[in-house]
Amino acid sequence: MFRFIVRRLLQMILAFFGTTLIVYALMFAGQGDPIQALAGERPVTAAQRAYLTEKYHLDATGVGGFFYRYFDYISNLLRGDLGESLTGRSIGDILAAAWPVTIRLALIALAVAVIFGVTAGVLAGIRRASIFDNATLLLTLLVLGIPTIVLAPLAQYFLGVKWQVFPPTAGADPDFYALLLPGIVLGSLSLATALRLTRTSVAENLRADYVRTARSKGLPNRRVVSVHVLRNSLIPVITFLGVEVGNLMSGAIITEGVFNIPGVGFNLFRGIRTEDGPLVVGIVSVLVVVYLISNLVVDILYAVLDPRIRYE
Amino acid sequence: MSQHAVRPTPASPTPPGGHLLEVRDLHVEFRTGEGVAKVINGVSYHLDPGETLAVLGESGSGKSVTAQAIMGILDTPPAHISSGEIRYSGHDLLGLPEEQRRQIRGKEIAMIFQDALSALNPVFPVGWQIGETLRQRLGMSRADARRRSVELMDLVQIPAAARRLGDYPHQFSGGMRQRVMIAMALAMEPRVLIADEPTTALDVTVQAQIMDLLADLRRNLDMAMILITHDLGVVADVADRIAVMYAGRIVEHADVRSLYRAPAHPYTKGLLNSIPRLDQRGGKLSTIRGLPPNLMRIPSGCPFHPRCPYVQQVCVDVVPHDLVLGDGRTSACHFAQEVRDDRAG
Repeated sequence: MFRFIVRRLLQMILAFFGTTLIVYALMFAGQGDPIQALAGERPVTAAQRAYLTEKYHLDATGVGGFFYRYFDYISNLLRGDLGESLTGRSIGDILAAAWPVTIRLALIALAVAVIFGVTAGVLAGIRRASIFDNATLLLTLLVLGIPTIVLAPLAQYFLGVKWQVFPPTAGADPDFYALLLPGIVLGSLSLATALRLTRTSVAENLRADYVRTARSKGLPNRRVVSVHVLRNSLIPVITFLGVEVGNLMSGAIITEGVFNIPGVGFNLFRGIRTEDGPLVVGIVSVLVVVYLISNLVVDILYAVLDPRIRYE
Repeated sequence: MSQHAVRPTPASPTPPGGHLLEVRDLHVEFRTGEGVAKVINGVSYHLDPGETLAVLGESGSGKSVTAQAIMGILDTPPAHISSGEIRYSGHDLLGLPEEQRRQIRGKEIAMIFQDALSALNPVFPVGWQIGETLRQRLGMSRADARRRSVELMDLVQIPAAARRLGDYPHQFSGGMRQRVMIAMALAMEPRVLIADEPTTALDVTVQAQIMDLLADLRRNLDMAMILITHDLGVVADVADRIAVMYAGRIVEHADVRSLYRAPAHPYTKGLLNSIPRLDQRGGKLSTIRGLPPNLMRIPSGCPFHPRCPYVQQVCVDVVPHDLVLGDGRTSACHFAQEVRDDRAG
């Protein structure tokens, strides 16, 4: 297990450099005039041009120059300095403000998926082909079929504007109540997937031989299901939810955009729209790390949950 | 035909009453989307204290389903017990409420299964799984259950039992896993042990060890045993009586010696002949022609007639009764005596 983790960490370093290199290259390398690209449509004065050329080492040209600048960026990154956005704010500060909001949103979404998705999935799995099972199938297919870009404005319009059950937008420093509707919208997709996965897993495990054994020991049905079946059924579900945490943490660009939530996805979206190169590369670099770590945690969790999994 | 020598009787070769366990005229159907499969069609057998009954038959003959009906662990639906009676020391099991049936499971009648790897829960240590029965059913403390689990694992001769309590099923060899299964079944000292093909998934050498262990345990713990198998070689040493099943019926019922010496049903005869023998090396192995019937379309008359070398018109038209042949033997064949006396076949 220890060797597995060390090997994975080494792989993570490679993956980190690989992805940041690609994002950095996409953001800066292809453009004819990087300074104009950094500034977007705004005019650049000669003084600004000289300052930026100096700052980003743009006097070095060609592939060598690109790597020179890339390593300069990375060495700053490794010291914890994410640089500044084009608006002059420290990207570290932007992320420090955005991250807590995104984490709260992600936790609400996750709670929605776990509480409703897993519970309904277990019930549907036990009562296969019942009305409840078919009703959840229909609902989940509906949710899975509607993209967030449609679902989020719909929910905002009906629940936020028309019936005014929830605040329609979150705004700066949102509280729990303001994040509830976006959290439910964001979590609905995970909920639907978690429900289908739990349902299939429970239904499959209920037919397993060890269930017959547990019943032949004279255990009450309640215990057979809640201990023997659930413990096995939840292995894939927890693995899925672990990966999902990584996805949710990496910012919900659409949901945060629609509900005006100042989280990571919101800032990333703004960075892309305003062609704020340093901001985009900075956020993506951090997201890569978050994603790699959450994947490693899921792999370790999998081995903890299923004793048959052994990593060499 | 010498019909005068044999008389049709109800299925059981011994008079009802007084048996430890008795199955009477059991009918089980599986109701699926494609139709109704008649899996058990009037099975009757009984078990007395301390004896071993072997139930023999091919896959799909209904031997496991009968056992699961006794245990009350059939999946209903799709299974449906349409008629019949299962009595255990005077109680009508099928008439009992589920809670009382549950009390009997494991404590009075326990069962071990064919493939211990899938029959044990993969995510719990074996010590936990043996101890679970003790804690949940007998209210033992964690420490007592642990101690008793080690004793049980010693009883089934698992080496270094105390150190292996925390191991998971996949960390055991096939034979050791089946021993864990047996230890678990013995936890509450049942009076009846049903062993459903306990050695099928094992190597031949290990098969013999497990059969010996089961025979010893049955003797030492004074249990009665139902041994379900498709392997005639396995039963000879262990069983007192044999019930041969075909298409959800018991076609022959006899003590081991008589059955081996002179089978009285063409199906049993076919099974015995299909065992490879050293003194007939080089020859073609004898087989039973054809395939077991589709249980959704069981043939008319005797269900074995399409495969039977003794087949006559009466076999196609009339369902044979169990014919009593003396010594408590029965055979569900119109020509039971001829088959028994025909040593050539």
